[in-house]
Amino acid sequence: MRAFATRLVVVLTIILGVNYVAWRWASSLNWDAWWIAVPLVAAETYSLIDVMLFGMTVWRLKVRTAAPPAVPDASVDVFITTYNEPLDLVMTTALAAQRIRHPHSTWILDDGARPGLRDLAAMHGLGYVTRSEDWKDMPRHAKAGNLNNALMVTEGEFLLILDADQIPEPDILEKTLGYFNNRRVALVQTPQYFSNVPADDPLGSQAPLFYGPIQQGKDGWNAAFFCGSNALLRREALMQLGLVGYVKETERSIRRALAASRSAIRKARKSAGSASPLVAQMLNEVETATQQARRQLDDGDTLGEITYRVRRKVDQAVQTLVQADVSALQADLEEIAAMEFAHVGDSGVPVVTEDAVKRLTARDWSPLGALESTQAVLDALSVERTGEAQPVMPLATISVTEDMATAMRLHSMGWQSAYHHEVLAYGLAPEDIATMLTQRLRWAQGTMQVMLRENPLVQRGLKWGQRLMYFATMWTYLSGFAAVIYFAAPIVYLLLGILPVTSLSGDFFIRFIPFMIVNQLLFAVSGRGIPTWRGQQYSLALFPTWIKACTTAARNVWFGRPLGFAVTPKDRQAGGPSWSLIRPQIIVSALLAISAVVGIARLATGLSEPVGTLVNVAWVVFDLVVMSILVRAVLYKGFEPGAVPEGEAVPGAGPAEERNNIGT
Amino acid sequence: MELSYEVKDSYAEIRAAGRLNMVSAPKLRDFVADVVASGSSRIVLNLADTAFMDSSGLGALIGCLKAARQAGGDLRIAAVQPQVKMVLELTSMDRVLTSYASADEAFGDD
Repeated sequence: MRAFATRLVVVLTIILGVNYVAWRWASSLNWDAWWIAVPLVAAETYSLIDVMLFGMTVWRLKVRTAAPPAVPDASVDVFITTYNEPLDLVMTTALAAQRIRHPHSTWILDDGARPGLRDLAAMHGLGYVTRSEDWKDMPRHAKAGNLNNALMVTEGEFLLILDADQIPEPDILEKTLGYFNNRRVALVQTPQYFSNVPADDPLGSQAPLFYGPIQQGKDGWNAAFFCGSNALLRREALMQLGLVGYVKETERSIRRALAASRSAIRKARKSAGSASPLVAQMLNEVETATQQARRQLDDGDTLGEITYRVRRKVDQAVQTLVQADVSALQADLEEIAAMEFAHVGDSGVPVVTEDAVKRLTARDWSPLGALESTQAVLDALSVERTGEAQPVMPLATISVTEDMATAMRLHSMGWQSAYHHEVLAYGLAPEDIATMLTQRLRWAQGTMQVMLRENPLVQRGLKWGQRLMYFATMWTYLSGFAAVIYFAAPIVYLLLGILPVTSLSGDFFIRFIPFMIVNQLLFAVSGRGIPTWRGQQYSLALFPTWIKACTTAARNVWFGRPLGFAVTPKDRQAGGPSWSLIRPQIIVSALLAISAVVGIARLATGLSEPVGTLVNVAWVVFDLVVMSILVRAVLYKGFEPGAVPEGEAVPGAGPAEERNNIGT
Repeated sequence: MELSYEVKDSYAEIRAAGRLNMVSAPKLRDFVADVVASGSSRIVLNLADTAFMDSSGLGALIGCLKAARQAGGDLRIAAVQPQVKMVLELTSMDRVLTSYASADEAFGDD
């Protein structure tokens, strides 16, 4: 019944939405003010697509019944990831994890390598893992790296991943492991809920819409997301992911190296020392070897064989060269000794041993090192993935939010996922706006990185439903740009009297108002009364964060610039109210307020007409009400226990700020 | 590799800065041959700024020794750095080429 009601409202929303936006494009644009008219209709189109994607999500909303009982001997590793969280916080989670009922091993994955934590773990009989020696001077890949490192030293068939603050219930495994009885299931995600958030949730930490209709809807499309914590993974699937990724990455780097070898050899020939016949001969050898490798690669020979052959050929050339050097040297020595007046050592002419020759041909002393660019190419012709700590990286490292990228790769290899809609772990949300903003920025940046690096719309192996489910989340993060336009339009009208639509006549209201109503109805029906207002406020109010995420991620992916990434602190930041963090919003709010006053004054002096002023002032009031949440957020002093009634757990904050609101 | 030389009282000091490898070895041979041809056959090769040497570099070193001796002089090396020292020891060339702490000391005994 609920499913039918939801689908009915989805259909209505799409019909009325398309009806409104098509009319806007076709016959409402004020071309005299195209500079605001076109951006506004574009923003509205953006929002329509957003709500259509939401409609598609909840169309298949999947309410699961309890999972079947788990296989009793399924082996599980519980991983608690930590970097710099206070030790007592980590230990509280770790000890709760130890008390989980299904047989398992508990591991603390300490990326901070703190001796104190090591001792505590040992004292309580908990596993303790830090990065191995292999990670020295290698890219660390944050949490993904931490997990990948631990995967190499543990062996449980399934993994439960918990952030340091996520205290699990003892029955978390009993309730979720059964999903894996289906051999194709690789991921089970449970909600992230925060116990330190008051009922009015001033920082918008709980995301009931995401850990609810959105995840349940994605689940219906077999596209439930992995959200980094409170999730179970099948090791076999992760390892498959790592191996496939390793082979792909290796082939790519070998192709790149072979392509680069031509220009490297050409460059080496042109450079100063190439006049020497030895150098020329060496370069010829390398050239022949790489040409052969290119042919073999095209013929489909294995990467291992190809790289091995290149290595051997080059090694032989180096050996010949060193041997030639040594023979010449030995001949020189004989000549010197033959000169009667000369003295060469006490016991005749020394002989360079085989071992010494061997050492002189080794990579670090080889004469080939003189041809740096050529040496670099040959180094890249390896299957050892020398630029990474470990060749096999099961968790994706292409993004600062490893979870979404990993889930997408799992789905594209045909694995299935499940979303278990029941709070089974209690975490800590940020308690100040600075930390909250950092966290939201990180999630948004990570999502945009994935979108730009591995656009879900073109991922082979994903079904179209799955592609659109991933795309939907990415699409929501573009909302910052639309928000700016939604703020600008009423300001432009109230200050200058310029309307982006030709007229605010009955034509407009008859199309716009029904759409707005079904749009809100859609949230009400699909969410069945869960609070979504806070989410809607933040989706609009955090527009500078979303824009920054898009621009920094684009710079990072396209130009290799750093993201300016920071780990989300779990303890509250000190200091007074930080108004400077929301300066853009304060400026926009001030502009909105001023324009409302000016607009009313213009109406009083007859410069504007009443309907336009009324609509735009109402719009401004709405925007200011939305933005007012930030005042409460800045003034929020942190959580005081006792402020939230017991047992009112509602699923909370998601990795993605999923929100859908249109037309403001 | 940067090469320069300076004629002192009883010998010529050649300074070699950079990596003594396959590419630079022929340069060193030519340079020393020129110095010998110009009349200085007692040569100190100052290796203070030579951090690396490969088999070609070692070959050049012995080649230069031969050139100096054929001209009736000698070639001595000074201020040898760790990697170069390892190569010399490994190949027993330290028995042919004594290394001195500094260029001054190289011909100090005669």
